[in-house]
Amino acid sequence: MTAKLPIYMDNHATTRVDPRVLEAMLPYFCEDFGNAASRSHVFGWNAERAVEQAREQVAAVIGASGREIVWTSGATESDNLAIKGAAEFYRDRGNHIITAVTEHKAVLDTCKRLEKSGFEVTYLPVERDGRVNPQAVADALTDRTIVVSVMLANNEVGTVNPVAEIGQVVKARGAVFHIDAVQGVGKIPFDVATTHADLVSLSAHKMYGPKGVGALYVRRKPRVRITPIIDGGGHERGMRSGTLNVPGIVGFGKAAELSAAEMPEESKRLLALRERLRLGIEARVTDTVVNGSLEHRLPGSLNMSFAYVEGEALMMALKDVAVSSGSACTSASLEPSYVLRAMGVPVEMAHTSIRFGLGRFNTEEEVDYVIDLVAQKVKKLREMSPLWEMAQSGVDIKSIQWPGQS
Amino acid sequence: MAYSGKVIDHYENPRNVGSLDKEAPNVGTGLVGAPACGDVMKLQIQVSDAGVIEDAKFKTFGCGSAIASSSLATEWIKGMTLEQAMSVRNTQIVQELNLPPVKIHCSVLAEDAIKSAIADYRRKQRGSQAQPGLGGG
Repeated sequence: MTAKLPIYMDNHATTRVDPRVLEAMLPYFCEDFGNAASRSHVFGWNAERAVEQAREQVAAVIGASGREIVWTSGATESDNLAIKGAAEFYRDRGNHIITAVTEHKAVLDTCKRLEKSGFEVTYLPVERDGRVNPQAVADALTDRTIVVSVMLANNEVGTVNPVAEIGQVVKARGAVFHIDAVQGVGKIPFDVATTHADLVSLSAHKMYGPKGVGALYVRRKPRVRITPIIDGGGHERGMRSGTLNVPGIVGFGKAAELSAAEMPEESKRLLALRERLRLGIEARVTDTVVNGSLEHRLPGSLNMSFAYVEGEALMMALKDVAVSSGSACTSASLEPSYVLRAMGVPVEMAHTSIRFGLGRFNTEEEVDYVIDLVAQKVKKLREMSPLWEMAQSGVDIKSIQWPGQS
Repeated sequence: MAYSGKVIDHYENPRNVGSLDKEAPNVGTGLVGAPACGDVMKLQIQVSDAGVIEDAKFKTFGCGSAIASSSLATEWIKGMTLEQAMSVRNTQIVQELNLPPVKIHCSVLAEDAIKSAIADYRRKQRGSQAQPGLGGG
């Protein structure tokens, strides 16, 4: 069985909807299409029942109860609601927020906005392996800290943070602990009890569910409160007004149920595939570096730098294979990946990075095809690269005064 | 962003990838950009006694648009006089390759690479003319 093109290896960006999820969603468009808030007729009751079932399914993946799940339009909204909501509610206790430089923009930009209205934010650095150090969190906590936000797994490098230890440190000082768990839930075990999480952001489209629906876990014991950011009909116990995306929620529930059930087998399979990809490439291509901890990493995730070859050019060369890159050329702002830079990856290596995100639907045939293609294309691009030429003739590139550098 | 057909063509079928002898007296080597910026272009020209560019080669570390810009530059300047090559403008490259605004800087670097190669060639010519032992004495 040969690999079918195009091949999708960008599962950190989004995932294909599992056909079983789509099947679960379909009745809620044309048959059971009621508004879950319509209390007075069977259309509404059916929709509500489906929503409540999904609530339990999503809660189960993180060890929570359905009553602690608030539906949102996605993780970006959940991140906004968690941080703005908690900061606003607990404002009289303090104005200090702690987060990390490697967080998703939905967290970082939310914090930047809060800085404009009088909150102080500490952006913690990360270790070279890409992870947040619990000691760094402990050192940054003050009597005025009210919210700490640290992600479970990073979207760019796939590294997993020691959130349980961080949670312990945060709760000892009484601040609210928010975890953006988008990339990790459904792939690695996660439990709100062991991680001491107060608020957790979740997203359907990262676990083979549809786009446009997410959730925020809000702890009930002890009770955590948030000020809503959307006002209206008072849905979701007043925390998030707006008619529920019933088909999306049903899909999210099904996706969560499948992920929980299949995680043990799937994570083993993906780890094996990822290692096949990594070792296959390393056997054929010299001068590569894996970015971020290999040990504390999501099973399907690989972020690799290919020295002397620019990331966007390599992506263009990997025709019919969907991956992404930390190169400046791929970002609208022309800045190289801030996550890689925060890990201490030299700028020129950030430009050469490629992110592979393997998922449920990737096969060994696809991995073997990609290994071969990567080896061929890196060779071709190195033949075109002045830096490769210099390195081959023994020039120390770091010692050169570049005309383009100030 | 979808790549323009011309950019892809220059990558798939690169013209003039390679190196000329840096030490040769009739070769000018231009090196512009910096690895930290994600863009480095090496452009070399081989110039006849009559001041015409007989051959041009390039190597580029950079995105598809950077590779295409430098490839196109070497294609154009072959057969030009040095003066003609000096007047190649990045805007012409942008137009030919349909570069979007975010990639315009790639074309600017290619124009700089041409000028840098010519400057290096001219420096070499001036240097050889000033050598002791030539002329009377």
